[in-house]
Amino acid sequence: MHDVSPHAVHHHAPPQGFIRKHVFSLDHKVIGKQYYALALVAVFTGMVLSWLMRLHLGWPALAIPGLHLLSKVGAPGDLMTPEYYLQLMTMHGTIMVFFVLTTAPFAAFGNFFLPIQVGAEDMPFPRFNMMSFWVTFVAFVVLIAAFFVGGGPPLSGWTAYAPLSAVGAVAGPGQGTGQVLWAASIAIFCVGQLLGSLNFITTTLDLRTKGMSLMRLPLSAWAWFITSCMGLTAFAVLLPACILLILDHVAGTSFFVASNLVVNDQLQPHSGGSTLLWQHLFWFFGHPEVYIAIVPAMGIVSHVLITNMRRPLLSAKVIIASMTSIAFLSYMVYGHHMFVSGMNPFSSLVFSFPTLIITIPATIITLIWIGSLYGSKLRINSASLFALGFISMFVSGGVSGFFLAQPSIDIMLHATYFVVGHFHLVMAVAAIFGIFAGTYFWFPKMTGRMMNETLGKIHFWLSFVGAYCIFMPFHYLGIMGNVRRYAEFVDEYLQPVLGVHKFITVAALVTGAAQLIFLYNLIHSRFWGEKAPENPWEATSLEWSVPSPPPFDNFGGRHPVVYHDPYQYGVKGSKGDYIMQDSPEPSPSGD
Amino acid sequence: MATTVHEPPRGKALPDSPQTGHGSGGLVPESGRMRYVQDDSSAASRTGIWVVIAAITMTFAAFTSAMIVRQGASLDWRHLAMPRILYFNTVVLLASSVTLEIARRRFRSFVIGTESERAGVLRALYATLALGLLFLAGQYMAWLQLKADGLYLATNPSSSFFYVFTAAHGLHLLGGLAGLLYVIRRFGRSALRRGTLGAAAHYWHFMDLLWLYLLLVLWMKL
Repeated sequence: MHDVSPHAVHHHAPPQGFIRKHVFSLDHKVIGKQYYALALVAVFTGMVLSWLMRLHLGWPALAIPGLHLLSKVGAPGDLMTPEYYLQLMTMHGTIMVFFVLTTAPFAAFGNFFLPIQVGAEDMPFPRFNMMSFWVTFVAFVVLIAAFFVGGGPPLSGWTAYAPLSAVGAVAGPGQGTGQVLWAASIAIFCVGQLLGSLNFITTTLDLRTKGMSLMRLPLSAWAWFITSCMGLTAFAVLLPACILLILDHVAGTSFFVASNLVVNDQLQPHSGGSTLLWQHLFWFFGHPEVYIAIVPAMGIVSHVLITNMRRPLLSAKVIIASMTSIAFLSYMVYGHHMFVSGMNPFSSLVFSFPTLIITIPATIITLIWIGSLYGSKLRINSASLFALGFISMFVSGGVSGFFLAQPSIDIMLHATYFVVGHFHLVMAVAAIFGIFAGTYFWFPKMTGRMMNETLGKIHFWLSFVGAYCIFMPFHYLGIMGNVRRYAEFVDEYLQPVLGVHKFITVAALVTGAAQLIFLYNLIHSRFWGEKAPENPWEATSLEWSVPSPPPFDNFGGRHPVVYHDPYQYGVKGSKGDYIMQDSPEPSPSGD
Repeated sequence: MATTVHEPPRGKALPDSPQTGHGSGGLVPESGRMRYVQDDSSAASRTGIWVVIAAITMTFAAFTSAMIVRQGASLDWRHLAMPRILYFNTVVLLASSVTLEIARRRFRSFVIGTESERAGVLRALYATLALGLLFLAGQYMAWLQLKADGLYLATNPSSSFFYVFTAAHGLHLLGGLAGLLYVIRRFGRSALRRGTLGAAAHYWHFMDLLWLYLLLVLWMKL
């Protein structure tokens, strides 16, 4: 069953001591957990920021007790200034997109499970892997540091549009040091993700164990591989963009600032720069980034669904092909973020076509999930519920994408809450549901303990209903013409929207509070949960062939040999209705 | 460093040879003497270096497109005379690639036992290192020359891009120098793998190509 290969050598010896074991660890599993912990801290930070914003939107005159402790200038007398609202919004977006939606589904789960799923002992460059996490950690610290410098964090949003992001403090509080810290943080983050992508790609291509052909990789491994290819090319473009932005700030260059620009009655000492250049560079990264967040979740959801349906998807190959074409097309659609930027209208048309085309592979994937679910006896547990929730969010958020993809309609809807509702559902909430599905599914393997299923199901229903209560009204507001990035709606003619904003705020507070159930479940189960068996979900892929949690070198010195694809469910196997990938027993289909 | 088990090793396998701790188990060179770890399972290093090259290519493609857009954005672009030392630097960098290839050849013959001198390999590696440092010093001279002409980072977009391009390339070349130092250290400890040397060499040659490309772009645009 197991190959005693002459290559059965360890990359590195088991570490000794707390620091090498848990802090500067070379072990991909520890690094995966570190990424998860970072994402957890980040997601709760980002959530609290959104609470503060929502409170202010619902009740603009409300003093939020203690807010002045966060910023005396931004919240004098605990009342949020419009500038501070934008600063919180910038930090919310940046933290969530980079440090949650990129780190959790891709870096955290991918680090932990990709090497095990391909049958390797570790990633090929463990030192780079360790650096990848610590560099990302430093990026997070640099970003948070923006809260504590004079002027506070930047107010230019997570997209940091030039020229106001490039001219310095004259553009508003936080646009000086805060904006430089922001750009430095993102540049550092890029380095971390490039190092991670290097390891993910080489692990998938070169460290697969005997018998593990590419087509025998689980869909989650495929998703991480495809994502790492996107990460490699996308972050390699954002990095130089951030460098140029920093130079405009600190060295007086004029990459992004045009001539004769007057900001706050002051003529800027720049000339000839291109404002649109930043948008081009940023969105060339920014749109693939959307898929960097969602494709790993697609892989996780496929993996979870197959296991709980006890049968394969209608076609795994088509899912792989669709995810690949999404990755490929994601580079051709970025201009749809710039329809109203002043770009040549013809360019808008050119970017509109691939945007509509990219919905085809996304729809194919969704139809395969739904078609496979049809008639299956799905095992209902927290993981499978969140996987279903993912599909629901992805479809609901995706449908509004059809409208936004067309320049003529986008002119109306651009910069309204319709857009905010769209991307929160399709990218943020959907990816978060993917992360939850992955957490409930893999927690037993990661920690050796089971999570509480009852709490998990309560968490699901509150989150599911809550997310719709928050983000569906956004679309309604958007159609009414309610613009985004405004701190408060106090004018007489805006009164009709205020009630909706109050409702959304209450929904956000309740849904946010429901996440504390998850946090409690996570921490309590980690220490006092029921002990997890090796294969609690009766799954077929390699991570379930090793103890929970896996030993230091994953397979205890042995090299698994793979005989099947990971979809051998609903068959007669020696252990039940499934055959493990590394089991030599014959499968009926012969795959 | 890397292990593959799905590809048969490409050396001669001795069925009873004891395992070494470096992933070279069962592999012996043609001469029958195992003097240096010759690891043919370094597929990940080979793939890895191409992955790195892909990422760097994307970065410089972004810089280049930024330059083209910026040049077309307004009429303030002033062409600057390229410092002549750049051409000398180019020759130095190309020479360093030649010495690195010599080091690789010598290493190969050293491993299979047809050459007994390790000093020959080291000489070529140190020569590469020295030429790399000379190139960087030359680039610094070019900066000084620009400075003497009153062209600073923010003087004109053309000088901005000159500094950005040369600095970005120089930083990447520093990475290559670190790689060379690592190779020399591993060689000193008799633990150098062909894959590692190959990866370092690929990276170094790519730095050459990248510089030739940048020189062309700078010459055409600045």
